[in-house]
Amino acid sequence: MALTREEVLHVANLARLNLGPEEVELFTQQLNDILTYIEKLQELDTSGVPCLGHVVPVFNAFREDAVRESIPRDAALANAPAREEGNFVVPRII
Amino acid sequence: MTDALYSLSISQLAPLLARREVSPVEVTEQLLQRISRLDRGLNCYLTVDADGAKAQARDAEALFSRGEAAALTGIPLALKDVLITQGVRTTCGSRILENFVPPFDATVCARLRSAGAVFLGKVNMDEFAMGSSTENSAFGPTRNPWNRECIPGGSSGGSAAAVAADLCLASLGSDTGGSIRQPASHCGVVGLKPTYGRVSRYGLVAYASSLDQIGPVAKEVRDAALLLQCIAGHDPRDSTSVDVAAPDYLAGLGREIKGLKIGVPREYFGEGLDPEVEAAVQKALKTLAGLGAELVEVSLPHTGYGVATYYVLAVAEASSNLARYDGVKYGFRGEGKNLLEMYAATRTQGFGPEVRRRIMLGTYALSAGYYDAYYRKASQVRTLIRRDFEGAFQECDLLATPVSPTPAFRLGEKTADPLTMYLSDIFTISANLAGIPGISVPCGFSGGGLPIGLQLMGPPFGEAALLQAAYAFEQATDFHKSKPGL
Repeated sequence: MALTREEVLHVANLARLNLGPEEVELFTQQLNDILTYIEKLQELDTSGVPCLGHVVPVFNAFREDAVRESIPRDAALANAPAREEGNFVVPRII
Repeated sequence: MTDALYSLSISQLAPLLARREVSPVEVTEQLLQRISRLDRGLNCYLTVDADGAKAQARDAEALFSRGEAAALTGIPLALKDVLITQGVRTTCGSRILENFVPPFDATVCARLRSAGAVFLGKVNMDEFAMGSSTENSAFGPTRNPWNRECIPGGSSGGSAAAVAADLCLASLGSDTGGSIRQPASHCGVVGLKPTYGRVSRYGLVAYASSLDQIGPVAKEVRDAALLLQCIAGHDPRDSTSVDVAAPDYLAGLGREIKGLKIGVPREYFGEGLDPEVEAAVQKALKTLAGLGAELVEVSLPHTGYGVATYYVLAVAEASSNLARYDGVKYGFRGEGKNLLEMYAATRTQGFGPEVRRRIMLGTYALSAGYYDAYYRKASQVRTLIRRDFEGAFQECDLLATPVSPTPAFRLGEKTADPLTMYLSDIFTISANLAGIPGISVPCGFSGGGLPIGLQLMGPPFGEAALLQAAYAFEQATDFHKSKPGL
């Protein structure tokens, strides 16, 4: 399952990352090394083995739907790179 | 009794504070001075909150004078910079959060505050806790106090180095694949990763949510027990925190371990284990046997698949968790003509190479057509690893192993080859995959004077027995009493 240069660029786009030409080469080689190592999982016969998602039993954690105090708007906006009139501001979308 | 208060453990300092022989202000001042004198050469701290610490120390003094002191009143601690602190910058070792000042406290920080602790500041780490050497910090590596040319381990390298160098009394770290235990072993201090779900993760910046767990890094086992006592317990704000009452972790310390069955998994003593580490761990096993423990050989047959399993599951979770860093609500923002360009510029400039590499790997493992071969397969192997431990704990109470296959390696030695770096976590990763607790205690030194750690692992929620055995070992040895020359 060797990863090609084109696939690396496709994955970078999915992850919203830009890669320079040198980095594409480096990542293609490094990711292939890691994936080759990970291939060893295929040695194991896992037919019939359930997946383990949670190591402890997990239940729905319900709480009463009551009004509670939350972070004040100014505090919630304080770390925003750009804000205006109580809103987050972003570059144009379309 | 007023010099070198910084060199005391919590258990040594607390009675002096309680008897009002020393003042919390004096202790905090001493530590702040020591940090400003020594930390330039070690780079443990990313943020020193001198004003905040002094104010908290004065509050602690007032509590003592009113007779209202709690378990940690006046004890100066350092927090790994992955734990968010209200009003104090929290970077996670990343440019993308360089100027992030959280609006609330992580649950563990709030609990330590209400127990009276003083927060000296925030300590260095691999960016987003991704690494084994603290070299992936955007703010430069931390150096090992025992040898400044060597790494302190990671990702909680700042915590372990600061504790070893007496730049705090203790610290909290986080452990996703060994990030508390491995740096503790490399710096000659105690590091405990609790059972998954034992400690709330609310306010822990997420890396791999099914594996992350917060725990103490301390100068001695008793201090680790004391800190765990303060932070353990159910939190309605973390749906994976378990509603099981925490036992008294201090009660068993000092009880003998005669008849305790300690399993020695043969897969942890093979090829790749440094002879000096092996010798120190074998000697530690003899010490445990001398204390009356019964050693039994056990097998954890899927040990060799742990690293591969981890590097599918952890990176998949990371690629999803780190999608939130988009330059909109907080953190660094890159320039872009439209929203999509802004996202990519933000993430490309804000994340360092290892974080981008893991996001890429995780995105690939979860992408269409590859899910079954990677994520599903690794989740199944995770079950096999968990079953290995369930089987072993039928035959023994605890397991004893090395923490890391080698003593601390040199700065720069493994940065060019990510896979070699990943393999240095081979003995610690399985505990995270299985969700079980593990502790690292000092058990020797290499010929070059670098510390070596012994790992004990226990069944889920077996922290009390782990601490009891670790304490018995510590009291029978002198390794924890050695300090690096600084």
